Amino acid sequence: MLDIRRRTGILLFVMMMGHIFLISVQVQSKSGVPMLQAVTFGAFAQVQGGTSSVLHGGRSFWGNYIALRGARAENESLHKQVTELEIRLQEQRALAQRATRLQELLDLKASTPLPTIAADVIAGNPNPGMRTITIGRGTADGVEANMAVIAAAGIIGRVVGTPAAHAARVQLLIDRYAAAGAVVERTRAGGMVAGIEQDPPLTMDLVSNQADVKTGDLVVASGVDGIYPKGFRIGYVESSEKGPQLYRIITVRPAINFSSLDEVLVVLVPARPVTPEAEPEAAGPTK
Amino acid sequence: MKAIVVLGALAAAIVLQATLSGMSMAGGTRVNLVLVAVVYVALAFGAVTGLLAGTAGGLAQDALAGGIVGIGGLSKTLVGFVVGVLGAHFIVAQPVPRFVMFVGASLAHELCFQAVYALVESRPFTVQYSPVLLQALVNAAVGVLAFQLVDGAPGLLQRRQSRGAMITRRRY
Repeated sequence: MLDIRRRTGILLFVMMMGHIFLISVQVQSKSGVPMLQAVTFGAFAQVQGGTSSVLHGGRSFWGNYIALRGARAENESLHKQVTELEIRLQEQRALAQRATRLQELLDLKASTPLPTIAADVIAGNPNPGMRTITIGRGTADGVEANMAVIAAAGIIGRVVGTPAAHAARVQLLIDRYAAAGAVVERTRAGGMVAGIEQDPPLTMDLVSNQADVKTGDLVVASGVDGIYPKGFRIGYVESSEKGPQLYRIITVRPAINFSSLDEVLVVLVPARPVTPEAEPEAAGPTK
Repeated sequence: MKAIVVLGALAAAIVLQATLSGMSMAGGTRVNLVLVAVVYVALAFGAVTGLLAGTAGGLAQDALAGGIVGIGGLSKTLVGFVVGVLGAHFIVAQPVPRFVMFVGASLAHELCFQAVYALVESRPFTVQYSPVLLQALVNAAVGVLAFQLVDGAPGLLQRRQSRGAMITRRRY
């Protein structure tokens, strides 16, 4: 049995609430709504807000934690898929680049009257001191020593040594022992382009101080060496200044990017000896 | 018995208050007999009885006076409870402590009453201290007098009964 005398606080609270309720029934808020209704609505709105927050929290907890139990495995699977797709994308990109290069070579092959054969670069140079590459064509394809090797952008080098049946070594034009007869296209000033161990890796020697050579001039093969076809691009003049003696000091930036050689064309024209004494050695340096 | 006494006191206070509603003291202050009865009951019978007496007396007074029913009840409920609690913890058997208690209860009741009205009607809380203080003093005087009367009534009755018995014995 509840003894209200021992529950004075409860009794006071009940009485106070009763009075407040009674007052609220009679009083209207500023908006004209009865205070009881306004308070009830406000309190109910708070309850609704709390309930909504709890539901939202529960839904968020469920959606972000409970329902994501399989997300880790799915994430790993997706990572694998992404990795595979990236690899395939790189493969496709490489194929596209290769197709572009082959198209350029095909265009070059079609535009030049010279007999050529396309070859893949199958290896780089094992000796850092020598700038050579190995191509996948050899004597079985008609490749011989001192044949010029070109690409769509310009001259690459020449075949050196005795080719194998299905492979040949190519000395790049930027090798320090390589050289080629060259001429400045704009002024027809002639000279000799040779590889050097610096940047840019080509220099043009034997050009008279009187010659008109400017930065940006195109340098092409003159054909006097009997190896490289006349008129093919070698590079662009990067600097040109008068030398202390008879010849200008000229550096040339190659037209070819030698760091990314994949497919080349071998000009199937045997080297033409300039003079009987000057016939190049098969595997020796040209310079 | 206690309930009857309390209800009787409250009824008497309400009737008397209603009868003397036009009675005006100096400065226009009127005595609040219902509040005096509530405080009296709280001091005499404790917090719970004071609380219930405050509720009943306040609601009845509100209902009779018009206006918002519950504000007077709320104020008197609080005052009855607090006075009852204080009366249980302090010795208020002498006139002076009782007087102080009545004055404090009257002031607290008026403050609470005005505060709730200000809150309900959304108006600034203002209290005219002089009339309130005067009403508190009058309430206290009436309350202390009531205590004196009630406390003295049994002795007076006994003395009268004793005197009547002596006269009867002398006569007979």
